[in-house]
Amino acid sequence: MSGLSSFLAGGLFGVGLIVSGMTRPEKIVGFLDVFGAWDPTLAFVMAGAVLAHMTTAPLASRRPAPVYAAAFERPHTGAPDRALVGGSAMFGVGWGISGLCPGPAFVALASFELRPIVFAAAMLAGMGIYRITRRDDTGIAADDTCG
Amino acid sequence: MPACAGAPRSRRGVESGVLNPDYALGLAGGAAIGLSATLLFWTHGRIAGVSGIAGSLFNAGGDRGWRLYFVAGLVAAGLAYRLLIGPVFESSMPRSTLALVGAGLLVGAGTRWGHGCTSGHGVCGLSRRSGRSLVATATFVATGILTVWAIRSIFGGVL
Repeated sequence: MSGLSSFLAGGLFGVGLIVSGMTRPEKIVGFLDVFGAWDPTLAFVMAGAVLAHMTTAPLASRRPAPVYAAAFERPHTGAPDRALVGGSAMFGVGWGISGLCPGPAFVALASFELRPIVFAAAMLAGMGIYRITRRDDTGIAADDTCG
Repeated sequence: MPACAGAPRSRRGVESGVLNPDYALGLAGGAAIGLSATLLFWTHGRIAGVSGIAGSLFNAGGDRGWRLYFVAGLVAAGLAYRLLIGPVFESSMPRSTLALVGAGLLVGAGTRWGHGCTSGHGVCGLSRRSGRSLVATATFVATGILTVWAIRSIFGGVL
């Protein structure tokens, strides 16, 4: 049941991305194209997602612990640092070039088209590069709690 | 590309506002994403950030199962939609394979270094009014805007 609930969460997430048009790179690039033909759809998606999560997540955390785990994850706290800003800046450049971010990249694999496959492979390689560099730094893999 | 600020690309008319089908579907799809994040938090206590989930996908260790199931769910949603309704990925953007590889590397390393992507920072982080996530989201949207502008005005839209 633990696996099933995670699978269903992924499925619902994926359906949301498809229905809202977020697996079409043109919609993403259209949102980022504020100096051209701006397409505000992504703002509606974010508003819907934040509103739905904000109102329902507190109901989940009323429990002493999650259904299938020992404790709720505690996200990173503290001031924004150089890694947060630098990494996010890098991500934005790749996002603007491709119109894809990690969620839609996985959903789009179902198309069996070359573009999402190439992108997702490179994305996983990029994540691997990060892990290797972090391992050299600290001797352990970086934690990955927040998103 | 003609500069017509404010007009949606769908040409369905901006005058319909929220009733524009793209915007209404955006709200509905967004709600599904937000509920999915709550489902994962409720059952596993984890934050539905796809880059964080995928970043440790190949970890050895007991923490891997739910990640694999979540990513399998994402792909399964695409497969089901494709079988029953229509294409899940359509793009005619002129992007070379090299550009896609570069973009993928930037997205992969950048989201891990920045501890989150559109879902982890954008949806989950903003939902709990995290200052870190607000900074991260503002940063990746800003560099995304600059990138799209640069590709259009310097490279003629082709990369």
